[in-house]
Amino acid sequence: MLGYALKRLTSLAVSLLVASLVIFLVVEVAPGDPASYMLGMNAQPDTVAALRSELGLDLPKWQRYLSWLGGMLSGDFGTSYTYRTPVAEMVAERITVSLPLALYALGLSTLIALPAGIYAAARRGKAGDAGVIGATQLGIAIPNFWFAMLLVLLFALKLRWFSAGGFPGWDDPLMAMKSLTLPAVALALPQAAILARVMRSSLIDILSEDFIRTARAKGLSRRQALWRHGLRNALIPVLTILGLQFSFLLAGAIIIEQVFFLPGLGRLIFQSITQRDLIVVESVVMLLVFAVIAVNFLTDMAYAIADPRLRRPR
Amino acid sequence: MSLSSRQKYPGGRGAPATRGAEPPVRQAPEALLHVEGLTLTIGGTAILQDVSMSLPQGQILALTGESGSGKSMTALAAIGLLPERAETSGRLRLSGRDLLTLPERELCALRGREVGMVFQEPMTALNPVQRIGDQVMETILIHRAMSRAGARARAAEVMARVGLDPERIPPTRYPHELSGGQRQRVGIAMAIALRPKLLIADEPTTALDVTTQAQILELLTGLVREEGMAMLMITHDLAVVAGMADRIAVMNAGRIVEQGPTAQVLAEQRHPYTRQLFEASRHKAPLAPITPGETQLSVQDAVRDYPLPREHPFAPRRAFRAVKGVSFDIRRGERIGLVGESGCGKSTLSRAILGLEPLQAGQISLDGKPILSHGKPDPALRRRVQVVFQDPYGSFNPRHSVGRIIAEPFHLLPDPPKGAARQTAIAAALTAVGLKPEHEEAPIHAFSGGQRQRIAIARALIIEPELVIFDEAVSALDVRVRAQILDLVAELSRTRGLSYLFVSHDLSVVRSITDQVLVMREGEIVERGATAEVFDNPRHWYTKSLMEAAPRLPAPEMGGDDDAGGEPL
Repeated sequence: MLGYALKRLTSLAVSLLVASLVIFLVVEVAPGDPASYMLGMNAQPDTVAALRSELGLDLPKWQRYLSWLGGMLSGDFGTSYTYRTPVAEMVAERITVSLPLALYALGLSTLIALPAGIYAAARRGKAGDAGVIGATQLGIAIPNFWFAMLLVLLFALKLRWFSAGGFPGWDDPLMAMKSLTLPAVALALPQAAILARVMRSSLIDILSEDFIRTARAKGLSRRQALWRHGLRNALIPVLTILGLQFSFLLAGAIIIEQVFFLPGLGRLIFQSITQRDLIVVESVVMLLVFAVIAVNFLTDMAYAIADPRLRRPR
Repeated sequence: MSLSSRQKYPGGRGAPATRGAEPPVRQAPEALLHVEGLTLTIGGTAILQDVSMSLPQGQILALTGESGSGKSMTALAAIGLLPERAETSGRLRLSGRDLLTLPERELCALRGREVGMVFQEPMTALNPVQRIGDQVMETILIHRAMSRAGARARAAEVMARVGLDPERIPPTRYPHELSGGQRQRVGIAMAIALRPKLLIADEPTTALDVTTQAQILELLTGLVREEGMAMLMITHDLAVVAGMADRIAVMNAGRIVEQGPTAQVLAEQRHPYTRQLFEASRHKAPLAPITPGETQLSVQDAVRDYPLPREHPFAPRRAFRAVKGVSFDIRRGERIGLVGESGCGKSTLSRAILGLEPLQAGQISLDGKPILSHGKPDPALRRRVQVVFQDPYGSFNPRHSVGRIIAEPFHLLPDPPKGAARQTAIAAALTAVGLKPEHEEAPIHAFSGGQRQRIAIARALIIEPELVIFDEAVSALDVRVRAQILDLVAELSRTRGLSYLFVSHDLSVVRSITDQVLVMREGEIVERGATAEVFDNPRHWYTKSLMEAAPRLPAPEMGGDDDAGGEPL
């Protein structure tokens, strides 16, 4: 198990290094000079040159890469070109919205999906199964922003249980959670639909395995065999999808953030790209890559906990 | 439920069939398992028809027959695990209770406690994510037969009983850390943990090596004799049946065609189907004598290493040596057998001969030219060696027609035949393996296992190779089909002067179809020589142990002038 973790950690570090290089190069080769963009069409060439040197854009590429990388390792993400504030501060502020939102949505989707998937698998081919399949089809088909608007219409405007948008900050955690609830539901439902389908089909596969028959021959009922022997074996594909969904929810909530006026990471990236605030884009993308790779690492660890065959070094 | 079923029906007194004072079991009015007129259909298809048999306590009843004869379905009926869509009539009574009408709740209480079952595939029959000790304990705990501590003690006891030494195989192991034989022992421990009255074993040794098979069979018979259980043994292998069963029931197409005490069935073989089975089992292909020509294939000091996973990211790479410096020659027209147990390197070696595995040292050459040049197989040589694999179901692309499958090796030719020449070649190949030219258009799924293996041979023959490797080519076939395929191989050897390497774990097959044999163990050839000589007078201890472990059929005339050990392999 330790060897396995060490091996995963090594590959994590290597992936991060490669990713940082790729991100830096991609942003570098993108056309357009940030300095002239920031100063506008009519700027004097020497003003642009002065800004370039202030931003460090005149240094050789490798030097800029190293200082960017070194800065990030020490927690200094650089300074935004447009806002003139440290990127770290901007990101930290946004993460307090995006991370809880992603976790909230993921929790909801898991709570809905796993029972629904298990229920459908246990009643394969019967009415309950058909109902779950129908519901998941709907959940996958409906775009989440439209669903978000329906939620706003019903729960915010008509019933007035929740506010229609905005984020009051974490001073009152209850209020903060309340304002994240509608966006989390809007994000969770399509994810839950996918997850429930994966849970269902994975469990159905497992239920036809030989060891389920062995369990039945020992005297377990169908239901006992499912819970004691089926579920844990069926979890691997579910964990994979969960990992992917978390990465998506962290940065992919941009449309939902717009609908609910939430100051999240998605909106920050969107704004920085339109303003060519490259240092912010670089840093946030790097942060997201880190999050994805870290989640992958956690998923790998979860695999090893779920399945002892994976604990040996491969 | 709080009462166990055994407490509810102590000694079966609650059941009408054994009402009255507890009689001595053997004179009981009804046997432990009593099947009467059992008929079973699934979706309108008849699977079992009028099956009747009975099994008294302490005896072994072997149910034998070819695949699809309904033996496994009978076994599943006897433990109440029939598919949901199955419709049954007749009676199937265990200790007087009819399992066909018993509600599911009571069936659950009975499975594992009164009937235990051991399955064929030890590799997949255990839950891969649960410790073996917990899986054995579960049988006890699910029936609430003991406290947790009591269950743990009983699990340890029963695991020791089936030969799992707690020092070497502690109960904290996972199934993937065990060999096939050890896993099957765990499966048996799970089945007998609550001392069931009836043990059902469905092909329990078919997936195991011959020496492991002998140990497991010995364990099973020992358990039956010592614990006083009855055993219903399902097997296709008549030699296994002959060695251990008290009674035999022979099944064909859902019916029992003949049953009786083992010695009687073996001696009389009243039903023609029984005779066919026995004849096919001891079938010897008519091998014409040959005078081998010059050396064709030469394997010299072949070494094949597989890299092992690193212990940690910075550990040095280690390697597993699957083939350890093997040398042998095949001369033109020769028929060579390669035997050994799973993992001995025989498949790696045959793949290396086909140029599918690189060698770390040594060389394999055909007519003096190396098979692999610069790590790639030489197509000119490659077309002269063809292969027939074991699995007649998995080794074809299911979307292709027979003609397309057979013509596949043509891509090895620089100038493949087209049009009429191609048709003629396909027709000739089909005819040579006993099929008809018009089969060309048919999809592969229209063919049975034996026919598919003929198609595989036709595919190997179509570009007229000089050497064919049969890699466990008859292992998945029923005995009667196997006999036909062996005859076909012998005939091809006679008519075409074909040389072949026949790789198999089945000693009797190798004996009947080869002149020379190589015995392989742990990557090395430990013994070689003329097949009859090696089999009759094995010199290496390993060969001896293989020969001793192999189950054998008694000679056709019981008590005849043949030796008491039965027919030679």
